[in-house]
Amino acid sequence: MTVSSKKTFRSPLKASRGLGSAKDGTHHWVVQRLSAIALIPLSIWFVYALLTAIMADANAARQFVAQPVNAILLFLLVEAMLYHGALGVQVVVEDYIHKPCCKITALVVVKLGTVVLMAAAALAIGKIALG
Amino acid sequence: MAEFTLPKNSKIGKGKHYPAADGATKTKKFSIYRYNPDTGENPRLDSYEVDLSTCGPMVLDALIKIKNEIDTTVTFRRSCREGICGSCSMNIDGTNTLACLKPIEDVKGEVKIFPLPHLPVIKDLVPDLSVPYAQYKSIKPWLQSETKPVAGKEFLQSEAEREKVDGLWECILCFSCSTSCPSYWWNGDKYLGPAVLLQAYRWIEDSRDEATGERLDDLEDPFKLYRCHTIMNCTNTCPKGLNPAKAIAGIKQKLVERTV
Repeated sequence: MTVSSKKTFRSPLKASRGLGSAKDGTHHWVVQRLSAIALIPLSIWFVYALLTAIMADANAARQFVAQPVNAILLFLLVEAMLYHGALGVQVVVEDYIHKPCCKITALVVVKLGTVVLMAAAALAIGKIALG
Repeated sequence: MAEFTLPKNSKIGKGKHYPAADGATKTKKFSIYRYNPDTGENPRLDSYEVDLSTCGPMVLDALIKIKNEIDTTVTFRRSCREGICGSCSMNIDGTNTLACLKPIEDVKGEVKIFPLPHLPVIKDLVPDLSVPYAQYKSIKPWLQSETKPVAGKEFLQSEAEREKVDGLWECILCFSCSTSCPSYWWNGDKYLGPAVLLQAYRWIEDSRDEATGERLDDLEDPFKLYRCHTIMNCTNTCPKGLNPAKAIAGIKQKLVERTV
C-alpha cells in the first residue's frame, strides 16, 4: 500500500482512546439488576394472578384487578417488565447495530416506544382500578 | 451491523495435504489455517500428517516439527515454549489457548489450528494485535503514585495487600480471552476486552497505586467496560487459569461502591 492511499494515519492508541470515557453506564447496570430483582417476586405473584384469572370470567378478573393491592402489583409488574425490557433491548442495539444513524434511531424508538407502552399500561390498569 | 459471516476474501478454501513420511509409526493429522497476503488468494486449510513418535508432546512441538521438516512456509509466533511469553496463542481444536501448553493427546482426532478469532490476519497463524496492544496502553499499565517511597527504599506493601493482585499479575497478555469474547468480536474497536480490563483491575487493586479514582473514571463507559455481559468465555479459555470475568465484576462493583 502506498503512503498516499492509506485510509488513516491515526495511531491505534488514538483510535483506542476514542472520545474518552462517557462516565456513564453504572446507573444502567444498577437499574437493570434492580428491575430484575423486583421482577422475581412480581412474577411469582403474576403466576398466582393468572391461575386465579383462569378460573374466573371476565367480570371476576376485572374485580380481581380492581382490588388496590392487585392493581398496584400488576402496575409494578408491567412497568418493571417494560423498563427492564427496554434496558435489555438498548444493550442489544448497542451490541449489534453499528451505523450511527440506525443505532440512534433504534435507541430513540426503543426508549420512546417504552414510554408509550408504560403510559398505556398505566391507563388500562388505572381505568379498571378506579372504575 | 455486527459481522456474522466471513467477508468474501476471508472464506477458507481447501488446501494442500502433506502425507506422513515413510516409516512413520504413530501419525496424527494437523490442519492449519494458511493465509499469505502477498498472493492475494483466499485462506486455505493445509493438512499435515505428523509422526508423533518423533515429536514433542505439545501442539507447539508439532508446529515446530512441521516448519522444520515438512513445510518451512508455515508462519506462527513462538518464543519461550513454557507458557510465560504469550506469543503462541492461537485457536486449537476450537479453543483459544497457548500452543506450548496444549498437549497433542488432549485433542481427539485431527488437530485444527486457526489464528486467534476476529483479528486481522498478518500471515497464517499470526494475527495483528496492534489494537489490543493500544488498548492495553490506554489503561496506563504502570504504577501511578504521588507519594514517593523513602529515598533508596521500595514501596511497602503488606502480605494481605500483595495477595490482592494474585490471579491478576499472572496474565501474560496472550489475548486468548479477549478474542474468545463475542462482545469483543462485535465491538472490539470500543470495548477494551477481558485481557485489558483484567490488567486495569490489576492496577486498581494495587495498594501502592494512587490513581484508583482516575482509573475507574476512564473505565466507566457503556462501551469500554459495560460491553461485558458476563458471557464467561474469557474465564473458560484462559490458558493460565485466570478469571478475567471476576476481575471485570470487581471493576463494576467498585464503580457501584463509589456511588453508595
